[in-house]
Amino acid sequence: MDAIILQILNGLDKGSAYALIALGLTLIFGTLGVVNFAHGALFMIGAFCAVSLNKLLNLSFETVDPTRTDFLGNPLKVKTPYIEGWFGPDLGHAIIDWSVPLAILFSIPIMIAVGFIMERGLIKHFYRRPHADQILVTFGLAIVLQELIKHYYGANPIQTPAPDAFKGSFDFGAMMGFDPNTIIYPYWRMIYFAFAAVIIGGVFAFLQFTTFGMVVRAGMADRETVGLLGINIDKRFTIMFGLAAAVAGLAGVMYAPINSPNYHMGMDFLVLSFVVVVVGGMGSLPGAVAAGFLLGILESFASMNEIKSIIPGIDQIVIYVAAIVILLARPRGLLGRRGVMED
Amino acid sequence: MTNFLTRRGLLKTGAVTGAGLALPTIFTSGASAFTNEPTGGTVTLGFNVPQSGPYADEGADELRAFQLAVEHLNGEGDGGMMQTFSSQVLEGNGILGKKVEYVTGDTQTKSDAARASAKSMIEKDGAVMISGGSSSGVAVAVQGLCQEAGVIFMAGLTHSNDTTGKDKKANGFRHFFNAYMSGAALAPVLASQYGTDRKAYHLTADYTWGWTQEESIKAATESLGWETVNTVRTPLAATDFSSYITPILQTDADVLILNHYGGNMVNSLTNAVQFGLREKMVNGKQFEIVVPLYSRLMARGAGENVKGIFGSTNWHWSLQDAGSQAFVKSFGTKYGFPPSQAAHTCYVQTLLYADAVARAGSFNPCAVAEALEGYEFDGLGNGKTLYRADDHQCFKDVLVVKGKDNPTSEFDLLEVVEVTPVDQVTYAPDHPMFSGGALGSCNAGA
Repeated sequence: MDAIILQILNGLDKGSAYALIALGLTLIFGTLGVVNFAHGALFMIGAFCAVSLNKLLNLSFETVDPTRTDFLGNPLKVKTPYIEGWFGPDLGHAIIDWSVPLAILFSIPIMIAVGFIMERGLIKHFYRRPHADQILVTFGLAIVLQELIKHYYGANPIQTPAPDAFKGSFDFGAMMGFDPNTIIYPYWRMIYFAFAAVIIGGVFAFLQFTTFGMVVRAGMADRETVGLLGINIDKRFTIMFGLAAAVAGLAGVMYAPINSPNYHMGMDFLVLSFVVVVVGGMGSLPGAVAAGFLLGILESFASMNEIKSIIPGIDQIVIYVAAIVILLARPRGLLGRRGVMED
Repeated sequence: MTNFLTRRGLLKTGAVTGAGLALPTIFTSGASAFTNEPTGGTVTLGFNVPQSGPYADEGADELRAFQLAVEHLNGEGDGGMMQTFSSQVLEGNGILGKKVEYVTGDTQTKSDAARASAKSMIEKDGAVMISGGSSSGVAVAVQGLCQEAGVIFMAGLTHSNDTTGKDKKANGFRHFFNAYMSGAALAPVLASQYGTDRKAYHLTADYTWGWTQEESIKAATESLGWETVNTVRTPLAATDFSSYITPILQTDADVLILNHYGGNMVNSLTNAVQFGLREKMVNGKQFEIVVPLYSRLMARGAGENVKGIFGSTNWHWSLQDAGSQAFVKSFGTKYGFPPSQAAHTCYVQTLLYADAVARAGSFNPCAVAEALEGYEFDGLGNGKTLYRADDHQCFKDVLVVKGKDNPTSEFDLLEVVEVTPVDQVTYAPDHPMFSGGALGSCNAGA
């Protein structure tokens, strides 16, 4: 029982990341009709916003400590972050410690700008081209972006810790009457899940309850008619691209403390996120979110030793097996609509 | 019928055929006796390192070391470990008087890409020796290629037992230590630190290195009384290990052994710490984590999580012997930071190759191999070392290290807790973990 609860918890945080990326993918596909293979790169850029802010806050001046020596035997240069010099060691340290939550604010304008430049600069030229062209150009863009990140940040993962206050884990077992230490879950992963829920709720509320959202939904249903009504739907869709980029970026920022970011992390999530979108139903936002969590939980269960002992290697293929089964039973995915990506 | 086969006809045909057969040797009498024999005033070495992909940073450090080695061989710079090397035949005038030049290839940490880049360096650039690499899969693949092509392969960072075990080749040589040695060096330290009554749970990267690493550390710890609760293989492409970590909470294991390297190690260790494993008490004992193969470059990615965690390494820049100090000084002065263990092994392999050529008086791979086989040397940072003739593996002391509690800089992440003497990590050439392959005979190619 406790093992099952643990794997559900595991699945929820993995599912949160899949759902956030798939949500952005679906927003872009639903509004602009573009299959954006560079979406994983946006997730990665978000994580590197957290890395960059952490590095910025850690910019230091050097003082020479003659009592100690460095690896070459020269007097040791001790680095002190400027921020600790300006605000005092305690406050300065606290600001650096909270760099990941601060990066949320830092990343939103950056991600919107990146999204805007990507859409206006490249992707808009491919609206009327076949999906295959769009996939190729966005996939190429993803590779360019990740190589750029690798050039500036290196290939190794970069540690970006959560604030000290959120280190450690919560003992669900003790709370729920199981043995202590059998169901423990890291605080930051619980925060990640809550954060994802807030963002997903926010995007749905925005689309559902604002006039802007209503126009966008109308445009998703029938772009031409909305255009004929004199509404500049393209402008709104560009804004939606920025929003989708911001959602992916925020997912990346908050993911940085879970696994140290590296240049390849976007690609690791991209393929799975596409499976999530297809399983959820192309163009369906609730479908993307539901499939994200479903596949996240399935993946967690498949890596349990009990299940692996029955079907060896199932942890590596379970998502694809589930996708095949679901698509055979429901060819348009869980919540897919007729006519999307169909001739 | 007899019309065709007259005596005169036979003589004519014989003469023409004989001349035809002799033609290649007449025209090529001055040609190579072996692949890529250097003829001008230069000799070309091929450095095949990961310049892209997940191990690109390690590859970049290897390349720095190779460049430094080439400088020193050509008499530039401060000479580095050439001054401390027990063999003093290298004079700083290149190799056998030929200036050393080099070409580089990108292994991408993929076997097929690594073979293609090595092949191109051998066939197009005329490289007479290939070195480098940061993965056992790649090392085994390139070693096989060099054997076929008739050039020497001086392996870079490769830790799988198979490289000098079932996949060993007469043209291939490994200076780096291996998984068996890590297990043999680490297990006694673990037993003295954590006791002999421990239950271990293994997470293992699912490829050649992970398998041999798991087999080695498992055998070594079990022989000291530890029990193995479970061994779980994780996909090499896995990034989030939480679903592999949480089942550990359900067992009575009190040690987690992470047979992971690179990004896998960074992520699995970070995840294990996040799930509170290091604060956990099991069977009245503190839960412990072990990382059998440490890389300082990659330990950086795991940050504070490496503190207090035991592992092993081939070499560390904080060693105080004259060789290590000379190397750290010339590398640190040129690049501004201390070298990694990958850089060290690549630098040493280049010097060892050059030295073997100089002692043999020839670039012929068979002569070089003969000079390296059974060769004993010192002064290259690992103390007395033997290149064993039976399997072309170097035997030397092994370092057991621990994540440092109070690092003074971003490089100061590991501290050496024990230098395990070579006798303790030496095994018989026919040890079961290394059986299966044959060295074969050297191939000079051409």
